[in-house]
Amino acid sequence: MSKFVTLNGNQTIGEAARQIDPDVIAAYPITPSTAIVETIAKFKADGLISGEFVCPESEHSAMSLCIGAASAGGRVMTATASQGLALMWEMLYIAAGLRLPIVAAIANRSLSAPINIHGDHSDTMGARDSGWIQIYSENCQEAYDNFIQAFRIAEHLDVRTPVLVGLDGFIISHSMEVIQVEDDAEVKKFIGEYKSLYPLLDSKVKMTVGPIDFTDYYFEHKRNQLEGIENAPQVIEEVGKEFGKKFGREYGFFEGYRLDDAELCIVAMSSAAGTCKDAIDELRSEGKRVGLLKPRIFRPFPHQRISEALIKMKAVAVLDRSSSPGAFGAPLFTEIRSALYDYEERPKITNYVYGLGGRDIKIEHFKEVTDDLEKIAETGKVEKVYSYINLRE
Amino acid sequence: MAKLKDLAAIEDRLVAGHGMCIGCGIPLIFKVILRATEDPLIIANATGCLEVCTTIFPRTSWNVTWVHSAFENAASTISGIEVMYKALKKKGRIPKDKRFKFLGVGGDGGTYDIGLQALSGAVERGHDIVYVCYDNNVYANTGGQRSSATPIGASATTSPAGTQSPGKIQRRKDLTKVLVAHNIPYVAQASPHRWQDLYNKAKKAFEVEGPAFLNVLCLCPTEWKYDESLGIRLAHMAVDTCVWPLYEVENGKYKINYKPKEKKPVLEWIKTQGRFRHLFKEKNAWVLEEFQKQVDQDWEELNKLESL
Amino acid sequence: MKKESWKELTLGTINLDAGNSVKNLTGTWRSGKKPQFIEERCIQCFFCWLYCPHFAIEVDGDKVRGINYDYCTGCGICSVECPTKEKAIVMVKEEVKLFEERAK
Repeated sequence: MSKFVTLNGNQTIGEAARQIDPDVIAAYPITPSTAIVETIAKFKADGLISGEFVCPESEHSAMSLCIGAASAGGRVMTATASQGLALMWEMLYIAAGLRLPIVAAIANRSLSAPINIHGDHSDTMGARDSGWIQIYSENCQEAYDNFIQAFRIAEHLDVRTPVLVGLDGFIISHSMEVIQVEDDAEVKKFIGEYKSLYPLLDSKVKMTVGPIDFTDYYFEHKRNQLEGIENAPQVIEEVGKEFGKKFGREYGFFEGYRLDDAELCIVAMSSAAGTCKDAIDELRSEGKRVGLLKPRIFRPFPHQRISEALIKMKAVAVLDRSSSPGAFGAPLFTEIRSALYDYEERPKITNYVYGLGGRDIKIEHFKEVTDDLEKIAETGKVEKVYSYINLRE
Repeated sequence: MAKLKDLAAIEDRLVAGHGMCIGCGIPLIFKVILRATEDPLIIANATGCLEVCTTIFPRTSWNVTWVHSAFENAASTISGIEVMYKALKKKGRIPKDKRFKFLGVGGDGGTYDIGLQALSGAVERGHDIVYVCYDNNVYANTGGQRSSATPIGASATTSPAGTQSPGKIQRRKDLTKVLVAHNIPYVAQASPHRWQDLYNKAKKAFEVEGPAFLNVLCLCPTEWKYDESLGIRLAHMAVDTCVWPLYEVENGKYKINYKPKEKKPVLEWIKTQGRFRHLFKEKNAWVLEEFQKQVDQDWEELNKLESL
Repeated sequence: MKKESWKELTLGTINLDAGNSVKNLTGTWRSGKKPQFIEERCIQCFFCWLYCPHFAIEVDGDKVRGINYDYCTGCGICSVECPTKEKAIVMVKEEVKLFEERAK
């Protein structure tokens, strides 16, 4: 039986991890994901997890350990944030290159310098080309649901690619929420058994894993790797639907909020989407036809689905919780703007960077963005393609 | 006691056709070590000469399961494999009587330097693994840069001898003792020329429960600059000068496995290799003295530790 | 050698063809000298087998039979380490052939 439980984001991941009970969990504590690791450690200490839990001496080793363990042939997870994910960087690419379906929960946090422990997407956005599938969560419930689905996606035979699930540091990781926790057995049934294709722990096959390629093979191996993430959209969709059927909460590539008759659209991921929904309700009551598009999947980027949802808009504001220094706009913006290029008729589009280092974004800010969008729709001109929200100028 | 003929009858786990240099010392080490266990073996190899020269795709010189993930993490990678083995065994997905051995391997670059943290973490956590460092005193894979295992006075490309420099000026790191300080069940130092000693140590390392560490002197004609046919002669010299003492530390107890009847001057070792050639200039005489002093100190200390 | 397309490669960079480097003939590296095995002088100590970095000593049962020139790089360790008074392995001159000829 599913039950309603009050948990914060970190605890929901811990709870999901207990239910999934991966064969090996290797994770190093870092704010704000520490409590994920602590929750799991306590579950293990109390005999509620049958898999092995290891706390290595660094995140680099945590990911290396996950890579060793996943290559060996079982189900593996980790959790980290910020500098921890940055320290894993090298190994993220290797996990993806070796096609290991490792699942990581990331309590999204800013990157130094200056050091800051609060939520933004700089960490996972920096890892966006590492070959990992990226799923973002608006709240604790979504973090829980996404984390469970992540295993199904990662382990699907057509995919076999690592998946990270983002939940905003502090805003979600440390916020209590009543969430629906599904029955242990049902979660296990949904996840199913995992069978590695080439487990190292198979004494009958002697294999060489992670060889060196020269110019004659590297390119082919990289193309071979891409197949996994390119196959992911179909699997993500199927798993999201099946999850909905089973547990009553269906997931797709993005969520649209009051989008159907909208002329103006705000694009925002993760926790900010929640605030944005409230703002939209207020704006709608003022008669403004504004909606929200909340991407859930960032890698592989669902360019076609998102474009199709946006082309009929008059103006679109893409809100990014990270910056991409020197680029023409922040990561989400550049994806969307590029995705829209092929359409003859497309909306005017503008980009805002918000919330770096955990800076609040409030209803009033979404209203200001909507004011801008109205002006753009009216004049057909984008005066400022790139600007900041709630920043002291 | 094992006989060489018997060892030769065992199937090679590292085979011919690898790309290691003419006269390279690495295969000599692993020819012996890989025979010291009959169990199925899984190797995690740090980036380095051995890794690069044995796995140029689509070919591989490994007749055993082998994985490489990065430079600094052979110890954490092998611990991950070992943990998964434990997990699957507990869950009954690996039969109870099925045994595996887990071997981490790296050169001095991947072990003394960039991989030291991962190694320290892995042995502290107590994984049932063996880690072998093949120490050739230099980053040979990338063309001869200094490592913390490079001895004082050696010229390396990042500590070159020059008009104002006698080569590397720092003392080499005593990694074996660093591992001893972790209080793990078995730590040893070996050399390929005393194969029986190397074999016994590898066997012990595989047999002990918990982490074991072997530091093995590795001949490198390319970077040490000597006539490649003389490699094993050099290994004798390294041990006879006490530059590379052979000893083991079993549950904290030191034992020196070979004491030269007559400890030869370090000079005898130095003069065999081009990397020390510049030390014979008068202005560098102090380096020779310093080198000898360091070796004497270490040897004396080792003897004291053994007598404890 | 036909090289695989990306579709033909095993997932995750895995090479399942264990020990196939024996197809690499490192004997092509020899330059000017090679070891010669003189069986009647051999005391079957197996040091040459032990110390050969290139797995080029041919062993048959409990006897060393000679040198496998497909792999021997001519490093000469076997000859130096041969312990017999009159060495059972001696280094002799070898005409240097072009790589193409040797690879045949």
